[in-house]
Amino acid sequence: MEVIKIKGTDDTPSIVLDKDSEIFEISGRSLPEDVSTFYEPILNWLDEYAENPNSKTVFSFKLVYFNTASSKLLLDILMKLEDLYENGNDVLIKWYYPEDDEDMQEAGEEYADIVDIPFEQVSYVL
Amino acid sequence: MDKHNVKGFLEFVYDFYRSMKAHEITLVYEGEITHQITKAFTSLTESNMAKEDESNTVQKKVFHVMVECLQNISKHADTFGSDDYLFAGRGIFMVSKGTEDYHVTTGNVIENRKIEELTEMLEEINSLDKEGLKQLYKKQMREGRLSDKGGAGLGFIDIVRKTGNKLEYHFLPIDETNSFFLLSSSVTRTNE
Repeated sequence: MEVIKIKGTDDTPSIVLDKDSEIFEISGRSLPEDVSTFYEPILNWLDEYAENPNSKTVFSFKLVYFNTASSKLLLDILMKLEDLYENGNDVLIKWYYPEDDEDMQEAGEEYADIVDIPFEQVSYVL
Repeated sequence: MDKHNVKGFLEFVYDFYRSMKAHEITLVYEGEITHQITKAFTSLTESNMAKEDESNTVQKKVFHVMVECLQNISKHADTFGSDDYLFAGRGIFMVSKGTEDYHVTTGNVIENRKIEELTEMLEEINSLDKEGLKQLYKKQMREGRLSDKGGAGLGFIDIVRKTGNKLEYHFLPIDETNSFFLLSSSVTRTNE
């Protein structure tokens, strides 16, 4: 399967989606000019991945900032992973937040409330 | 401009400068809000705050509020006096810094027919406590579809949640179809 590797900028996140190496990660800052266009290939990739997924999928979110327009698209990604989980696949979300960033921690808790997938909160030092 | 007018204009510039100082305005802009403008303003304000040793928490909150406010103008400001979309997405944007808080203020044209709905939304958000805001945010995120302009209806809620302060707003009539919508958010600098 095609590997997605996007290098982050000051307004778009780094994204790695690599089925063979088992790396699924979004990190950095997300406030793209056009959120729908930016995230569309990611959502499409996940649809394709869902047709023949790995036995276990650990998806990491390691964001330091995202705007409200991105928050909806992040939920769309999580909902695709929720479908994957509901279809009997092993899925784990790892939500990383900077140790002193309560807002990012709370954002993770909220997503965990909305979607029904195993969710792990991980704090780290920036 | 003749000599007399030039002098009048330059005096105006000085008055303008003094008003800015008096109101502690650190940034003011009128015009189209683009993604480039948003990036320039946020990075300028970030570096100013870093220079002044503002706490990380406050810096982050100001950044957050600026992004959402600028986005509101670029996505929702209406056209005034013309059907020309060149004038859409414009407005005034201001950041001021007081001893106790930062204020981010925006002003843009809005059609009168949208005022009622907008007022209801702002009043609802201002009436909610922390938990109520959280529930509303989650509900909006789940149910709210992205509009064709890419707005998610989450910006106002997010500003109040992040700052803990209510939104101040005001509508000034322009003519029978349009008004000027002013919105001010504050980020508290003290006791953090």
